[in-house]
Amino acid sequence: MLEITKINRSFGARQVLTDVSFDVPGGRITGFVGRNGAGKTTTMRIVLGVLTADSGEVRLDGALLTPADRRRFGYMPEERGLYPKMPVAEQLVYLARLHGLSQRAARHNTSDLLAKLELSDRAGDKVETLSLGNQQRAQIAAALVHDPQALILDEPFSGLDPLAVDVVLAVLRERAAAGVPVLFSSHQLDIVEQLCDDLVIIAGGTIRAAGPRDELRDRYAGTTYQATFGTDAGWLRDQPGITVRDFDGPNVIFDAGSPEAAQSVLAAAVARGPVLSFSPRRPRLAEIFKEVIQ
Amino acid sequence: MTTTPATTPSLTAPAATPGLSFGQAVRLIAEREILTRLRSRAFQVSTGIMLLAALAGVIAAGTLGGRTSTTSVAVVGDVAAVQQASGLAVRHVGSVAEATALVRAGTVDAAVVADRSSPAGIRIIADESSPDALVAALSVKPQVTLLDPPTIPPGLRYAAAFGFALIFLMSSATFGGTIAQSVVEEKQTRIVEILISAISTRTLLTGKILGNSLLAFAQVVVTGAFAVIGLSVTGESATLSLLGAPIAWFVIFFVIGFVLLASMFAAAASLVSRQEDIQATVTPVTMLVMIPYFLVIFFHDNSLVLTIMSYVPFSAAVGMPLRIFLSEAAWWEPLLSLLILLAGTVGVIVAAAKIYGNALLRTGAKISVREALRSSGVD
Repeated sequence: MLEITKINRSFGARQVLTDVSFDVPGGRITGFVGRNGAGKTTTMRIVLGVLTADSGEVRLDGALLTPADRRRFGYMPEERGLYPKMPVAEQLVYLARLHGLSQRAARHNTSDLLAKLELSDRAGDKVETLSLGNQQRAQIAAALVHDPQALILDEPFSGLDPLAVDVVLAVLRERAAAGVPVLFSSHQLDIVEQLCDDLVIIAGGTIRAAGPRDELRDRYAGTTYQATFGTDAGWLRDQPGITVRDFDGPNVIFDAGSPEAAQSVLAAAVARGPVLSFSPRRPRLAEIFKEVIQ
Repeated sequence: MTTTPATTPSLTAPAATPGLSFGQAVRLIAEREILTRLRSRAFQVSTGIMLLAALAGVIAAGTLGGRTSTTSVAVVGDVAAVQQASGLAVRHVGSVAEATALVRAGTVDAAVVADRSSPAGIRIIADESSPDALVAALSVKPQVTLLDPPTIPPGLRYAAAFGFALIFLMSSATFGGTIAQSVVEEKQTRIVEILISAISTRTLLTGKILGNSLLAFAQVVVTGAFAVIGLSVTGESATLSLLGAPIAWFVIFFVIGFVLLASMFAAAASLVSRQEDIQATVTPVTMLVMIPYFLVIFFHDNSLVLTIMSYVPFSAAVGMPLRIFLSEAAWWEPLLSLLILLAGTVGVIVAAAKIYGNALLRTGAKISVREALRSSGVD
């Protein structure tokens, strides 16, 4: 598990991170969301040791990170970059070796990864001759080629075509399943919602919410409910204290104001006929996001 | 080294984490720099030009270096001295008037006539200037013991000065420019962020400087070897014996001086983020390389300027070998100059590493040197 504790950092007079703390558990994919300038990239750079923190610490499995640990991290920077004039495979072998792999292991991983990312036939081509989508795949390969013990990916899906998203996703899941902590940032909330096990939301340099996705959704469920009745749900609109948000025949989404009021609605509904479903409505990530960054 | 199972990364196998020492990392980086350069057309062409320049230099040294060409003379009567002198194309004529006419017409370089009134017994008739070579050839030379070692023919002196300066200028400018470009390439493509997440900026800088220095060094050695072989093949073994020690010193000074300049090029380049801005940022450093070149061309016979040059780190690589060649330097002088150069180089490397490390992640407008020395990080 990767533990980030009370990280502070300022650039000149501008404080960009304030007491940033969160965990990235091994074996799970953690999504890091926030608007541009919220502090995502700075946080990731500090975790990687590319930048130093003014205060705070980063631990891996309880021990403070050393440069040797960090060398075993996989990193994909937000602004992509590989040597444009260097052949893909040669470049991956080089990067793997800089991360400490032997020549043999580096070669093996490279051909393996290129096959998985469907890039094998471009192995000998210069990076600059690849299409943008393939360059992105090569970039992902650069982050994975040394069998990292933790993965930090800054906006890994931006610029990927849907097919590549699936390929990359499969590779990331495989790594997470092997026990590696995976942290990735994104501003595409729908992707994050569908992909992540855990969520960290940052705004203005402070962590606004963090935890397992489903727990967060429950926590921010509030008093909104959704129900499906056996009959038309129109009667709900006349109930005092109830605000109907959405209504379509027997399906209804409403704000009860309190759990007790919701229970009265349920009792009333049961008295009227069958109730097929009745549950607190879990907000979508976009809704939680809007709420917590204010 | 441990072989890592390739496809299944595991947190529970720290033993599968091979270490990478500073030296190994530097070597990897240097190797890549060298390989990239060897593949580049620009490098191949510039090496070719260097070798041609060395060859041209050798030929120039041969012709300018006082190899006496044949002097044609018209001789009146039987002049014994002419028979003994070498390098003369003798043409016997009947009268002094005839000889004078030939000189005037330019058919011969000079005429030699017997003259009882002259202490030498002969008189030389020439057109505009005294034919020194001929005079020397016909003179009776007393035995000379030189207290100061041999004077260098002015042509050779110039050729040597020019050669050292040109090689230094060409390699420094070429490889300095290459280093600058490769620093900015890494910064512009942002691969630098991946690199420094694996290794320190110090390691990266060291590897880049080492790789390029080795190449520059190899290029100079090959050029030097070319010149030496050229000199011995063209029979200029005398010139070779004069040039041998200065060439060796040049190589030593060059190696250290180049590292100094390479560090400056790298630091200067790290201040900008785009290839288009390189020219502006490295111009001051390029000036430092050009100055010794022009100083040597204009002041190669001014010993005060040469002395100063031979102690200033940026020009010592040109100035000191030249002074050794001209036998103007005492034995301890190259050593002292080398110490100054070493100290200067260490100082520059420390500053350059700091600038480089601080500027590497900052993109956008050009960063000032003072800013880069002071603050780190990105904004």
